[in-house]
Amino acid sequence: MDNMEFTSSYSIKGIFREILRYKTGVFSLLIFAILILMSIYAYLSMPYEKAKELWNDSQAWLKYPRNAIPTWLAFFSGKNLPKNIYLKEPKEEIISDNPKVIRYTYNIDYTYDDFPSEFNIFLNSSFKENPPNLKIYWINPYGDRILLAEKTQRADKDIFYIGNEFSIEQKFTDYYKEKLGFYPTFPITIMKGLFGDIETQQVKKGTYRLEIEVQFGDKSDTIQIEPIIYGKVYGVAGTDHLRRPLELGILYGTPIDLAFGLGASLSITIIQLILATISGWYGGWVDNIIQRLTEIYMLLPFLPLMIMISLFYKLTIWQLLIVLIILSIFGSGIKTQRAMVLQVKTLPYIEAAKTYGASNMRIVFLYIIPKILPPVIPGLIISIPAYIFLEAILSLFGVLDPTEPTLGRIIEEAFQNGALYKGFYYWVIEPSLIIVLLAVSFALLGFVIDRIVNPRLKEV
Amino acid sequence: MKIEGIKKILIYFLKRAIAIFITVAIAIYLTIVIANAGGYVDKIIEDEIRMNVAMAIRNDPSVRGFTDEQKQKIIENRVRNEMRRRGLDQPFIIRSIYHLKRALLLDLGTASSMTSDSGSMLVKNIILERIPLSILLFTTITIINFFSALYLGLKLSRRYGSFLDKLIVYLSPLSTIPGWFYGIFLIMIFYSWLHILPPGGFIDFPPPPTLLGKILNVAKHMILPVLSWFISSIFLSAYSERNFFLIYSTEDYVEVAKAKGLPDKVIERRYILRPALPPIITSFALALISSWMGAIVTEAVFNWPGLGMVLSRAIGTFDAPVIVGVTVIYAYLLGATVLILDFIYALIDPRVRI
Repeated sequence: MDNMEFTSSYSIKGIFREILRYKTGVFSLLIFAILILMSIYAYLSMPYEKAKELWNDSQAWLKYPRNAIPTWLAFFSGKNLPKNIYLKEPKEEIISDNPKVIRYTYNIDYTYDDFPSEFNIFLNSSFKENPPNLKIYWINPYGDRILLAEKTQRADKDIFYIGNEFSIEQKFTDYYKEKLGFYPTFPITIMKGLFGDIETQQVKKGTYRLEIEVQFGDKSDTIQIEPIIYGKVYGVAGTDHLRRPLELGILYGTPIDLAFGLGASLSITIIQLILATISGWYGGWVDNIIQRLTEIYMLLPFLPLMIMISLFYKLTIWQLLIVLIILSIFGSGIKTQRAMVLQVKTLPYIEAAKTYGASNMRIVFLYIIPKILPPVIPGLIISIPAYIFLEAILSLFGVLDPTEPTLGRIIEEAFQNGALYKGFYYWVIEPSLIIVLLAVSFALLGFVIDRIVNPRLKEV
Repeated sequence: MKIEGIKKILIYFLKRAIAIFITVAIAIYLTIVIANAGGYVDKIIEDEIRMNVAMAIRNDPSVRGFTDEQKQKIIENRVRNEMRRRGLDQPFIIRSIYHLKRALLLDLGTASSMTSDSGSMLVKNIILERIPLSILLFTTITIINFFSALYLGLKLSRRYGSFLDKLIVYLSPLSTIPGWFYGIFLIMIFYSWLHILPPGGFIDFPPPPTLLGKILNVAKHMILPVLSWFISSIFLSAYSERNFFLIYSTEDYVEVAKAKGLPDKVIERRYILRPALPPIITSFALALISSWMGAIVTEAVFNWPGLGMVLSRAIGTFDAPVIVGVTVIYAYLLGATVLILDFIYALIDPRVRI
């Protein structure tokens, strides 16, 4: 490195104009623009605190399908995968007046290629003494009327999980036995029983009917029935094991990751720059202390320490950012930056500043740091992804605040729930892809700026 | 090499060893101070003493007729006495020196719930039995990466401007993505989708009967972790090594060698590689150190039963002694790595000898 490098200086505006001349620079700026616009849109449509509360509210997502793949992904599978079917506007028939019995009939046109994932009936009733008693019938395209269950509501708000009732599975096994004439050689799941073709065991497309006969305890009692047949696809990003739409976590998580990476990289680089300048400018014992501290810091087991601290003290992600900064201020960057300071120190304009009596502070902050700032910027930008990945690592070890939706957190949950083994690839790929996009864009931007501020690289 | 030179290297090595040991001790001391701000280190030792005392009381015939309450009282008394004997009732500054001495001697206490494969509950045993596996995986990774980057960098610098050269330059931003992250994708491709490689682990269960079978089986489990780190590092390190070689190959003495008509191989080895070696070794050192850090998460992703796996299991069961122990061991490992690299550096860099 020679003094030539420090004679060309760039303003921030100049650097920005230069970036736009590179294709890769434009690409990375475009990616940032898209991600930031998406996040701004998300934050404007719902404040962060509310989104976080919703994200952690297990009751809020009951009517969403579990582990549903994104709609666009279903397009590639070549099959028409089921979406959620919300059964509404039943036909009401009064069967008897005393006791009051009403039959609600829902018609379902099932045209999908795959079985639904679940079938729940949400009940909301008001009653005087006794809760209503429900008889649930299922009429398939063969015209058979099967009594699925007879149940009494347990509270005024209740959910019947049709897909989880063992007795219904038993009923369908009996039904198949009767139809086939022998005991079925394949396992009968409830979804197969409900929507299956008896011969081929595939989905039988056609019109199904759900009949619910409600016997009320009193004439004034009312009931609201909301049957939902859960699909296997949902939204732009799919849902996770707690039925939460992933786009919510990704949209609100990306800015957190960005802020974490940017905050860490920016503050660490600036503090290191100041320390390096002080070390190089003053020399003597100040230099000595800073250099020895740097050597100790290089042997500090950084990652285990970070994990230990965040596990023992249960820090939030922002407190952890401060710990991270403290643990990295004497990083190896100081060594290279100090070498630059030693070169700048000998330049004529510093001599000039000394002769007219500029204070040490003035020289450090106004003359040296601005001079060595441009060569440091590429490193600053290239190291941002490292901190984003650090967040992912800490999430992966489960030592971060579990309520905070971050990209790493989503990946960790996917891992914990066996997404890779069960084939829910979208769950891992979506947050990973955002991280990869961020990382590559930052790297490209850093390389472009490196080429601008270190002109020697242009030739090589 | 003369005796004089060897003596100089040894003195240099000794000096570095002492300096690094002091640095490691300070790093461990910092770890203890940080961990003990939550009282964790004190508690580790108190638990250990309490366990020993309880064992002794249980086997002591002289207290047999006592009720549980009386026994508990005796235990409490003895624990307090033992703590006082060891100086643990002193203020923290004195206690911390005691903790430091223990940590430096690898006396890391007993785990609260984990056990080693041999059944020991000593943190030292739990950790030390896993270190060889970590070293096996990560020295393999670092050596493969180092030599392939060296080879590729040298080739690229000779074919400067070719298609491959440009490709590597364009792909180099991909190296910002760490190895373990590629690991996730590799597991997805080679295990979940193609079903040809195991998703992780060290050896099949049950292991193959023959030694050769065992070695091949372990190698099979190592493919994905090694590959993930290879993809992650190769582009950037080949690129930066190419730049080193390009800078060194424009030196005057290389031109002279070319003018003399020396074969390419000799020029590469003697005139380009040799002077470029010290900075390359430095980058190798940094790679090795960062691989120790990356080991933690890579092992967790690939279920490789090394040090990182111990840490992630300890996190899962909140085993504070093991977590502190792993951090201490890591400080030692880093120190040892730096020391070995210093030694290699001294061997190849003539400036150290003079």
